[in-house]
Amino acid sequence: MTAADPKLAADLSRVRGSVDMTHGAGGRAMAELIRDVFHKHLANDYLAQGNDGALLGSVSGRLVMAADSHVISPLFFPGGDIGALSVHGTVNDVAMMGARPLWLSASFIMEEGFPLAELEKIVVSMALAARQAGVPVVTGDTKVVEKGKGDGVFISTTGVGVLSEATDISGSNARPGDAIIVSGTMGDHGIAILSKREHLDFETEILSDTQPLNDLVAAMLAAVPGIRVLRDPTRGGLSATLNEIAHQSKVGMVIGETAVPVKPEVAAACELLGLDPLNVANEGKLIAICGADDAAILLAAMRSHPKGLDAAIIGEVVADKHALVTMRTRLGGMRVVDWIAGEQLPRIC
Amino acid sequence: MKFVDEYRDQELARTVAAAIAAEADPDRNYHFMEFCGGHTHAIFRYGVQDLMPENVHFVHGPGCPVCVLPVSRLDDAVELAERHGVILCTYGDMMRVPGTKQRSLIRAKADGADVRMVYSTLDALKIARENPGRQVVFFAIGFETTTPPTAVALKAAEAEGLRNFSVFCNHVLTPSAISHILESPEVRDLGIVKIDGFLGPSHVSSVIGSQPYEFFAEEFQKPVVIAGFEPLDVMQSVLMLIRQVNDGRHEVENEYTRVVTEEGNVKAQALVSDVFELRKSFAWRGLGTVPYSALRIRDAYADFDAEKRFELSVKASREAKSCECPSILRGVKKPTDCKLFGTTCTPQSPIGSCMVSSEGACAAYWTYGRFRDQQPAKLEAAE
Repeated sequence: MTAADPKLAADLSRVRGSVDMTHGAGGRAMAELIRDVFHKHLANDYLAQGNDGALLGSVSGRLVMAADSHVISPLFFPGGDIGALSVHGTVNDVAMMGARPLWLSASFIMEEGFPLAELEKIVVSMALAARQAGVPVVTGDTKVVEKGKGDGVFISTTGVGVLSEATDISGSNARPGDAIIVSGTMGDHGIAILSKREHLDFETEILSDTQPLNDLVAAMLAAVPGIRVLRDPTRGGLSATLNEIAHQSKVGMVIGETAVPVKPEVAAACELLGLDPLNVANEGKLIAICGADDAAILLAAMRSHPKGLDAAIIGEVVADKHALVTMRTRLGGMRVVDWIAGEQLPRIC
Repeated sequence: MKFVDEYRDQELARTVAAAIAAEADPDRNYHFMEFCGGHTHAIFRYGVQDLMPENVHFVHGPGCPVCVLPVSRLDDAVELAERHGVILCTYGDMMRVPGTKQRSLIRAKADGADVRMVYSTLDALKIARENPGRQVVFFAIGFETTTPPTAVALKAAEAEGLRNFSVFCNHVLTPSAISHILESPEVRDLGIVKIDGFLGPSHVSSVIGSQPYEFFAEEFQKPVVIAGFEPLDVMQSVLMLIRQVNDGRHEVENEYTRVVTEEGNVKAQALVSDVFELRKSFAWRGLGTVPYSALRIRDAYADFDAEKRFELSVKASREAKSCECPSILRGVKKPTDCKLFGTTCTPQSPIGSCMVSSEGACAAYWTYGRFRDQQPAKLEAAE
């Protein structure tokens, strides 16, 4: 996303216009699009450098980098859109390393025929999300693919952050006896997307939980610097994330079904669709694992932050060479909490 | 959640569990077949087995519509999508069921076939309306529960004159399958499968009522309790079955009275009977050919019958070697008796249909219950 020539004509006719192949051809149209849509809304000193890359300067500490691609359908959903999501996803990936996210890059792959007005809405949302997270988009790229070869817009973001020497957070750090904590209700994002995608009109609109978590993580690390594991349970939901950590750390986990916070409307939607809320995606929630002695302090720190009001201890890490995640059910029995195979599909009857 | 949480209440569950423990005769074993995959799913998902005494055993039956569909019908669906170039609409689980040589609809889709997952028959109709230049086939499967919506779609297509819509009908009937299991040598003569009673289908019974089970409760002298899908429904139904067994009774009882009546949903039955008629025979995976166990589209709606609209080649369909799905569906073997279970066959890469469907015995066992294998003492105790 190099700087555009300010002398170029400014009429992109965004109300009626749509992306065409010239917007990706490197010529005048592309320069106008970059100037009038991307630079206009994402403006910051790094973008203003106008070079092929951004000169970031030096930082003190260890660097963390994370990449994420966003191919969501629909592009606009209750509580968010692909623009905000592409910022939150990568900011959170960096934050889950315990790092402070500093900069983002953004690459857009746009499909020929995509309305420019919608593209601008996405970029405006992205800019707002970046401002709220305090992480600027410092460089980027745009490409256009022929109609039928994309799905409107794909956005790929990369984030760079800085990590203090004292922080050691990894999925392999969980130890038997540790507490497992979630920052809030599970499944909001996935059900919000599904309700929109499948045109399911629920009585209560379920909003995506998409949000940046870097500020919550900073507050958590200030309270308990020795947090062992942080991870955001995105695709695959809580069940997949706990299984990933269990396998990385070679431990088992036991959680309690009644301890896992789920909004009643999300639980109801899951019932209706035959889905398990533990398998449904989140975009603005995290899982933290810490020593048992730190659990109460961490929980209190999370609950005193606006993004962790519904935080709850949901279980504990146990020794288990099979790395099984199990759950005491609401009924009082036990069952495995498995990661889903492929896409979670509604049952037939 | 009103009308959900009440049926998962731990205190109530303890009370029912205590009643079961008190009334189950310690000197005998009780084997109850849950016909429906929905019950299998509930038993494993909520850990119902943990609340049962050691002498109460669940035998997993064939009641999963995905699991019982024979490979040949799935191969036909793949052929419709690939050779005839239709838009094939299907319910979710069917996408991943492997056909001959592990070819599934999801593989066909990856190779370019137009296969779309739908949530209802109305979605399939909508796709047909939006694609007038394409043939749209709804791949209809399921027991009596899913049959009325297919009938609605056929009637709507006819009323609208939707010329590009048809149904590939694979609807099957529950009572004939239960009778067939009870007639099988494993149950009747050899005693390999012990069945002391049935947890009867709930959603199916909401359509057909409890009456159709009275014949075989009497004929085969096996008690049937129509059971809801919530875990407390299952537990209460087990208690009712134990009482019948202890009393030497073999009646049809209805635990799911909040939904099921004796005569069922008469309006839905009339709708189904208007559109469908009995097939003389239908092949079920695991049960073989079962007489009068499935439905086909009546001649009056022949224009909307995909089997008549498209010429399907007769192929030699093949079950995967060593897959024990057929025996598992009859209750002859347990998932863990299959040497593919958890080795080459997992939900991630299923070989057999019982591992694909979330209602399949193998998938339920693997997804929710496999820790029982890893605690040998507990597993043996449960046996």
